[in-house]
Amino acid sequence: MSALNPASHGGLSKPALPFSPVTPLIFAALIASYFLFPNHLALATQILVLMIFALSYDLLQGHAGIVSLGHAVFLGLGAYGSAILARWGFTDPLLGLAAGASISALVALVLSPIVVRGSDFTRLLVTLGVASLIHEAANRMRDLTGGADGLADFEVAPLLGLFAFDFEGRTAFLYALTVFALVYAALWRVTTSPFGLALRGIRENSRRMPAIGSPVARHLAVSYLLSGAIAGVGGALLAQTSRFASLDMLGFERSAEIVMVVTLGGTGHIAGVSIGAAAFGLVKDALSTVSPRYWQLGLGVVLMASVFLARGGIGGLIERFGRFGRRA
Amino acid sequence: MSSLVAVLVDGVAYGMLLFLSAVGLSVTLGLMRFINLAHGAFAMVGAYLAVVVVAAGLPFLLALPLVFVVVGAFGIAIERTAIRHLYRRSALEQVLFSIGLAFALGALANLIFGPQQQAIQTPAWLTGRVALAGLDITSYRLFLIAMGAATAIALIYLFEHTLFGARIRAAVDNRRAAEGIGIQVERLFALTFGLGAALAGLGGALSVEMLGLDPAFALKYLTMLLMVVAIGGAGSIEGSLLAALGLGTIDALFKYLLPEAGGFVIFGLLVAVLLVKPAGLKGRAA
Amino acid sequence: MTAALATTALSVRFGAFQAVRDVSLSVRAGARHALIGPNGAGKTTLVHALTGSVKPAAGRILIAGEEATGRSEAQRVHMGLARTFQINQLFRNLTVLDNVLLAVLERNRRTAVFWRSVRNDRAALDEARSCLAFVNLLALAERPVAALPYGSQRLLEIAIALAARPRVLVLDEPAAGVPAAESAAIFERIHALPASLTVVFIEHDMGLVFRFAERITVLVAGQILTEGTPAEISADPRVREVYLGRRGDHAA
Ligand SMILES: Nc1ncnc2c1ncn2[C@@H]1O[C@H](COP(=O)(O)OP(=O)(O)O)[C@@H](O)[C@H]1O
Ligand SMILES: [Mg+2]
Repeated sequence: MSALNPASHGGLSKPALPFSPVTPLIFAALIASYFLFPNHLALATQILVLMIFALSYDLLQGHAGIVSLGHAVFLGLGAYGSAILARWGFTDPLLGLAAGASISALVALVLSPIVVRGSDFTRLLVTLGVASLIHEAANRMRDLTGGADGLADFEVAPLLGLFAFDFEGRTAFLYALTVFALVYAALWRVTTSPFGLALRGIRENSRRMPAIGSPVARHLAVSYLLSGAIAGVGGALLAQTSRFASLDMLGFERSAEIVMVVTLGGTGHIAGVSIGAAAFGLVKDALSTVSPRYWQLGLGVVLMASVFLARGGIGGLIERFGRFGRRA
Repeated sequence: MSSLVAVLVDGVAYGMLLFLSAVGLSVTLGLMRFINLAHGAFAMVGAYLAVVVVAAGLPFLLALPLVFVVVGAFGIAIERTAIRHLYRRSALEQVLFSIGLAFALGALANLIFGPQQQAIQTPAWLTGRVALAGLDITSYRLFLIAMGAATAIALIYLFEHTLFGARIRAAVDNRRAAEGIGIQVERLFALTFGLGAALAGLGGALSVEMLGLDPAFALKYLTMLLMVVAIGGAGSIEGSLLAALGLGTIDALFKYLLPEAGGFVIFGLLVAVLLVKPAGLKGRAA
Repeated sequence: MTAALATTALSVRFGAFQAVRDVSLSVRAGARHALIGPNGAGKTTLVHALTGSVKPAAGRILIAGEEATGRSEAQRVHMGLARTFQINQLFRNLTVLDNVLLAVLERNRRTAVFWRSVRNDRAALDEARSCLAFVNLLALAERPVAALPYGSQRLLEIAIALAARPRVLVLDEPAAGVPAAESAAIFERIHALPASLTVVFIEHDMGLVFRFAERITVLVAGQILTEGTPAEISADPRVREVYLGRRGDHAA
């Protein structure tokens, strides 16, 4: 209990978002999976992409409190961006990542004035409407996007000119793991910064924020931009490692899925969201190979139940367990 | 020229379907502040129910009131067990619950009926064509337009000119005062929610003939329904009607005149309207 | 000398209803100025209009002689006008310290910083702590706000507003909902504010108003009924009628 008392002089208080001991465990598990499951690296890579995508959306929903039903747009744009660039002959993977981030950031910048203002409901609608618009556009621009067939006819050059993408997916996995680690670190930094505190302030009480002089719209626009850019990175990674970019990557189902992943993982908790995304990816893969219909049914039921039961998600459990451990 | 008019009739009929399916969503959102992304699933339930009972031999015209009652009861049951606890929860929690419900119902439909398209047997007098002022129009379209118009009039009458409507408005305006004068707000909300679900079920049953039916129905038309509410303004019946008719005709017109533009125009319109009037055409200022 | 806060013919409408009507107010720098009036008189609405969270239908607002009418709520904070809320507007799942720290960081425009830990900003942390110390909440700095007793939450409202380093502080019923014994403690803190700070406060307890205000404006049905010193106001029969008459039929 005494650990909770404020330090008598200006000692640092407990960070609001702890760099919890769970973080090393996450990375240990990811590294271990490389050695333990060499035949499932493609799945592991997809899960890493899902984790990146979830972290990007958590910045919006978990930290700034913006609910979007169209976040997959940025994943899809990142995927198409890097795939199209590769088809034009610019096959360097890092260049592709940069392209994915840029195009998604650019679109987020254009959209942010509409998304930032308005109530929760208008925001849901605008994100849903814009997502439908972009989906339709991608569907129509067959020459560029391959329409309903998607894009598969592109190459990806060796990473840094050194590491070719091998058939077993080793390079792809390690590449995705590195990008995930960088995203994780970046988001940890952003969310514990003054800017991150301001975002949590908006989530907690958007009415008080202007009364303390906060440029709320600008904060939200910046977080939307950042979040879009990171999702774009995830999308580029997805296209490069699966050699595929398709319409479903920016579809409504992906958008709805990421809302669930982040909520079940525990919004606003980076470690919890990462674990939630990994668990979601694993369970989805296991169940949907058995029966996609039962998977969808189970998902629906879990979602409905989660609203009444598991408030705080996995992140909430980590917090509670951590508090319990400290007290013991 | 005459084909343009036929396209317009098509658009109005489609608009009426949208109105029937969306008006309940508008009412629950505007009056009870509940974001129900499962509203399209209520329409889907009504559609499957209609297909089943008509296949079992019930006449189409009797199937419609049955669907209305059953889906309405289903809506009330869900409102009583779950949704009433969510009125004061965050938008996110409402979204999660209702998406979950939509997913579960879609998956159930898939399990029971399979992924294939369903068809419904409509009576002969609805499948024919009628010559009207020199035009050749499918009678089913005319039937839809009549159904929609009748529902709109009945709803406006119900909300503007009956005790039920007055109570609803009182409860929304000031819940505590309404309870103080003896209005049973809980029951009122449950009934209203059920009415919205019943109308969606009816809309779904009427949609099968024109739009087809498969397990993806609930999510496929959700965007359109939300657009009707967004453009018409939450809580406004006239707004929903205008928005639905507008969207239906514009959609039909552009599919006819400029097929390449497709869904583009509709979503572009949504973004434009929300930019200019964030509360919708007839929305009350938040 | 220019007033710290002034309005000319300020009006606010909600649809057909006029909540504030032709209010012209002038608050001297360093004043302790009370705004009183029965429930529903439009006091809170007037505060909303002053601080910019509600758009006036007509009239002007000047902060230290500077035009503020078209400015946003946030811009007015940076012009030196801060407020508290009648109903707590706190960041409930953040710690007490973070509530105030956030206000400090917004004031010195540090919230665009995303590459450094918020804990590295020693100066801001020290300032946030001194705001908390002023309202005697330092010992609770690490608690989440939701776990705070209600009276302490009212004090935190004030600490957050102080973190904006205002020249004019508007307090909307700072002791609303607090038992009488504690409301004296809250007003004792308000009394201890630096004399250079202009304070406008709304309060229903006449004892507190007469003790702490040097000037009183009476608002009735959106209009200024009268304005004067405590002695003038307590002697005014119209004010008595509004107050005693009201207290007769409603208990408010
Ligand atoms: N957003 C609003 N919309 C409509 N009427 C309002 C709104 N806010 C306040 N009012 C009305 O304005 C009047 C003044 O309210 P308020 O300023 O809160 O009074 P006070 O703070 O003096 O008790 C009341 O009649 C109240 O019902
Ligand atoms: Mg008030």
